[in-house]
Amino acid sequence: MTGQTLIHLQDVSKRFVKGKDTITIFDHLGLSIPAGDFVAVMGPSGSGKTTLLNLLGGIDQPTEGSITFDGGRVDTLTEGQLARWRAHNVGFIFQFYNLMPTLSAARNVELPLLLTSFGRAERRRRVEAALSLVGLAERANHYPREMSGGQQQRVAIARALISDPKLLLCDEPTGDLDRTTADEILAMLRLLNQEMGKTIVMVTHDPEAAKYARRTLHLDKGRFTERELVA
Amino acid sequence: MSDFYLLWRNLFRRKLRTFLMMLAIFVAFVIYGVLGSIHYAFEHGVDSSADNRLVVVNKITFIQPLPYAYVGKIAAIKGVKNITFANWFGGYYQDARNQIGTFAVDPESYLRIYRDDLRIDPAARDAFIHDRTSMVVGEAIATKYGWKVGDRIPINSNIFTNKADGSHTWELTVAGIAYAAKESFNTSFIIFQYENFNESKTFGKDTVGWITLETDSAAVNDQVAATIDEMFANSTSETDTQSEKAFGKAFLAQLGNIALIITLVVGAAFATILMIVGNTMVMAVRERTKEIAVLKTLGFPSWRIWRQVLGESVLLSLLGGVPGLAVAGLLVMVLSKAASGAIPGLALTLPVAGLGVAFMLLLGVVTGFLPAWNALRLNIVTALGRL
Repeated sequence: MTGQTLIHLQDVSKRFVKGKDTITIFDHLGLSIPAGDFVAVMGPSGSGKTTLLNLLGGIDQPTEGSITFDGGRVDTLTEGQLARWRAHNVGFIFQFYNLMPTLSAARNVELPLLLTSFGRAERRRRVEAALSLVGLAERANHYPREMSGGQQQRVAIARALISDPKLLLCDEPTGDLDRTTADEILAMLRLLNQEMGKTIVMVTHDPEAAKYARRTLHLDKGRFTERELVA
Repeated sequence: MSDFYLLWRNLFRRKLRTFLMMLAIFVAFVIYGVLGSIHYAFEHGVDSSADNRLVVVNKITFIQPLPYAYVGKIAAIKGVKNITFANWFGGYYQDARNQIGTFAVDPESYLRIYRDDLRIDPAARDAFIHDRTSMVVGEAIATKYGWKVGDRIPINSNIFTNKADGSHTWELTVAGIAYAAKESFNTSFIIFQYENFNESKTFGKDTVGWITLETDSAAVNDQVAATIDEMFANSTSETDTQSEKAFGKAFLAQLGNIALIITLVVGAAFATILMIVGNTMVMAVRERTKEIAVLKTLGFPSWRIWRQVLGESVLLSLLGGVPGLAVAGLLVMVLSKAASGAIPGLALTLPVAGLGVAFMLLLGVVTGFLPAWNALRLNIVTALGRL
């Protein structure tokens, strides 16, 4: 159910300067991800998986090359424009959930809606819908410390979905979970991809997790070494 | 949920730490409120002196007397409208610790000069002028000791001896109570007849402590002052003529540089608070580095996070400072009553409170600036450790 290209990386290079050394992460990397795709990115530590995710999510900029999203250039946006772009187009799911400990589940999910013009009632309606979608409607008033890892990750998924982004970026979303809970989370991601058409890029070390994706990209030393279609 | 809700939740995420910071700010503003009010009362009391009143004192020091004869000579100078004089008595009631500002004065001319500052019943005024052993008591003293018109009160001097019986006591009858026409006028005083005092004291006859005069207008003050000082130049008692305001300030200076003392105490309190709160705020925001990075990742603009952190420190400052000022206001009220009007106009005034609020905002901005700046500049990739 994939469609037109949603993200396109062309001749992207990324270099970091550390002291006197320049570390090259990517050197003229190219990648196209169609809308509706579910891509797992695997590779050893230091291969550039997370940097790739940062570039795709607009929280880092390439040293060279261009990144387009839905036909528009992302790499030329200013910091403020990128923040707005992220708020509208990208949902992030982290390995350690990164929920605000001082806010309840419902408030955590509501956070991205503070960047919209929705009124209080509309926000509440959307939060309830998002929490219901991840099966946590009854835990709306619970704080992160009162929830299991799996529940926290589901809250994080609801937060990522709340502003209805086209792209979901997942950084080791099951890295901190047991197998059963990990499978629940992965099944949910697959559902979001298949039923809601969300484009998902997931970085993982776990081959079992990668099986939930439509295809897996293997990254090593800043280059894709293998492209494997799973589903 | 609003940005303010986020700010509030962040501020109280560690309740004990926030409470301790609020307590520190609270104490600083109690100190500021009380000392600032005292300073303001002193300054304002002096500032409320009439512009066209001059005070003539001995050039050596104002505790050295002047010849009584100077009064008549100065009265004849062009530009002098009214003149009076007073002599410090060193008065106290019953115990030397109960000191009262007691002055031997010429009743008629004294009350004429201070006609706009004091309110006295006309009958009391007449009684004071005509009864040589009478006195007029300021409202604060009358209230403090419960004295009424007609009471005969023994007033002691720690300087002069009464020729009549060799004691230090003068028996004086309360002719009336003097009320302040202006709030800032100190009514913690006694005035009694100079004539009675001059005849009964054992030394310093026909001398006065200082001469107060009213000029035709403030515009001729300098000219009149210069004429007076020239008139008595090279005499045994040279004079120093100055405005009553300057005299008042010089008198207060005898107590020490109140403004400097207050500034130093308040400054020390604020410097301490600045370091404690500033350092704690930096640490508090550093603890949240990852959360701030997540907010930025979600799309919160940097300026909005900057505003949140700064708002947090300003709110903290207000939450500690406003109750501090309120308690200072209560303490000042208690102090004012305990001092029985010795510091006229002692209250937490709007200018002092307003400056206090300005200090709170400043404290909030200064202590919040660095952590807010760090949050503004925070790099998401670095903060999330995602390199």
